[in-house]
Amino acid sequence: MSSLAEGGSGEEDLVFPVAADAPRASRVGFGPLRLSQLARASGLVGLVVLAGFVPSLAQSNYLTSIALQIEILMCLALGLNFVVGYAGMLDLGFAAFFAIGAYTTGMLAVHAHWPILATLPPAVVIALIGAVFVGVPTLRLRSDYLAVVTLGFGEIIQTVVNNLNQTGGPEGIYGIPPLSLGGWTLTTTSSYYEIFLFLVVVFVAVSARIRHSRLGRAWLAIREDEDTAQAMGIKVRRYKLYAYMAGSVFGSLTGSLYAPAFIAIAPPSFGFTESLLVVMAVSIGGIGSIWGALLGAGVVIAFPEVFRQFAQARLLVFGIALVLVMVLRPQGVWPENGIGWRRLAARWLNRDAQSAPR
Amino acid sequence: MACLSVRGLSLSFGGVDALAGVSIEIPDRSLFAVIGPNGAGKTSFFNCLTGYYRPSAGSVALDGRDITRLGAAEVAALGIRRTFQNVRVFPKLSARENVLAGAHLRASASVLGTLLGTPRHRRGERVLAEEAERWLDFVGLADKAAVLAGDLPYGMRKRLEVARALIAHPEILLLDEPAAGVSSVEREELASVIRRTAADGVTVVMIEHDVELVMQLAAGVAVLDRGRLLVQGTPEAVRADPRVVEAYLGRRQR
Repeated sequence: MSSLAEGGSGEEDLVFPVAADAPRASRVGFGPLRLSQLARASGLVGLVVLAGFVPSLAQSNYLTSIALQIEILMCLALGLNFVVGYAGMLDLGFAAFFAIGAYTTGMLAVHAHWPILATLPPAVVIALIGAVFVGVPTLRLRSDYLAVVTLGFGEIIQTVVNNLNQTGGPEGIYGIPPLSLGGWTLTTTSSYYEIFLFLVVVFVAVSARIRHSRLGRAWLAIREDEDTAQAMGIKVRRYKLYAYMAGSVFGSLTGSLYAPAFIAIAPPSFGFTESLLVVMAVSIGGIGSIWGALLGAGVVIAFPEVFRQFAQARLLVFGIALVLVMVLRPQGVWPENGIGWRRLAARWLNRDAQSAPR
Repeated sequence: MACLSVRGLSLSFGGVDALAGVSIEIPDRSLFAVIGPNGAGKTSFFNCLTGYYRPSAGSVALDGRDITRLGAAEVAALGIRRTFQNVRVFPKLSARENVLAGAHLRASASVLGTLLGTPRHRRGERVLAEEAERWLDFVGLADKAAVLAGDLPYGMRKRLEVARALIAHPEILLLDEPAAGVSSVEREELASVIRRTAADGVTVVMIEHDVELVMQLAAGVAVLDRGRLLVQGTPEAVRADPRVVEAYLGRRQR
């Protein structure tokens, strides 16, 4: 065994990580970066810079606030993607963590006069405690039971904030102070747009890193086949809890920054509908796909806005569109293994093709 | 050192005894085969060894350490890896990622290292990725690394399962019907993979219906029939044993 196993573990070459004997065609390139990687990286940077100019290009508070809503849903969708997309568990109460973040920040900032940034760590800790509290007893269940329990958890959190005096009851918390960053006080919608753009970028980077690590591979193995995952030495229950905890961190951070962005928070923003929107964003976009989660969030927010002229019927139109996506493309618009342009093109060009090239 | 000793292993589902007091010693670094007619309890036997089933009586020991009550993940951590009769690759992961998933316990567990992309973490991942390529090459799938496992033909999926088990550097490899349903060409490749694995010092235990393959590869054979150990011995002795012939073909009517 050792003959095969140990080669390459000793000598490391940091400048040229491409092994000298690597025969793969994909290794064409120069230096530590492959050409395709370079193009990809610059494309991504360009995309983010372009996104940064959205408020000044839009020149409209309405469009900017829609864009901000999209970003918030993107953040939540990336959080839920750990649970639903990577680990394959259905979570119908994700808004609970969003609420925990928003309310922790709101209460500490309004009642105890904490600066917004200082409220992030306690919000994350409380969300993690919530995740462990709900996760430990329930994650041994199979996915469908988990969906029911998380649904209940979401309802409980909403009911609690609706009824406690400290959370302002149905009126919620208002007059949440703005976020201050090194002398800058952020008050405009476009400044929060930029903050959330940063958060989206960080969440995407974290998701991508984790996806291609021990943790991400373990989650995907569990999603694909729980029993077989155990044969890899993966402790299934523990790793499911990790997914739930990772999701709760993203959810609560999003909530914590949502509170100052919207100044007031109230229970209706954290109900089942919100949880469902996040699930929709993840599944329309493509389960387990980072690009899919981003795209899905955009579709879920923008679609009803674009079809405003349908007035009352727009939700009906939205519903029909959702059903169509799920029937025609159940893997999502942008699935984790790529859109498959070539296959799609081949199908359109030659509908009789028995098997399309991959 | 890795020898498995199974004593009085019994497993019953309701009133049906899948296994009834099976005792087998599997010596270290051997190529061992478990055969028997359908329903003899072979897969149940494997499931008991690997923590998937909890036997109703008896014990399994690895190098003298009792592992009877351990869960599947814990057994895997002790260096016992297996493949499945009904081929269980992770369909939506590429062949490469399937193999990397098998290296779970060898990969860096530092979340901070992962998030920050520390040189140490990246080096670890690169070493594993290169090793995954070598294992794919070992089972003859070097050019399929990027293909989704679900898109691979049956025989290749079987070999992928073997690569996924081997990257963990197991002490013992349990193969559940590795040759079932594979073409004769692929069967030769498979035999070569098994032979080379055993030559590398891994104890290989296989359930196999293909008698030719068993005779060709195995040093020791155990025959199960209706949950009991019928015979254990060298392939030649087992083949000549009238009880084995009877178990497979039934008694001659006189």
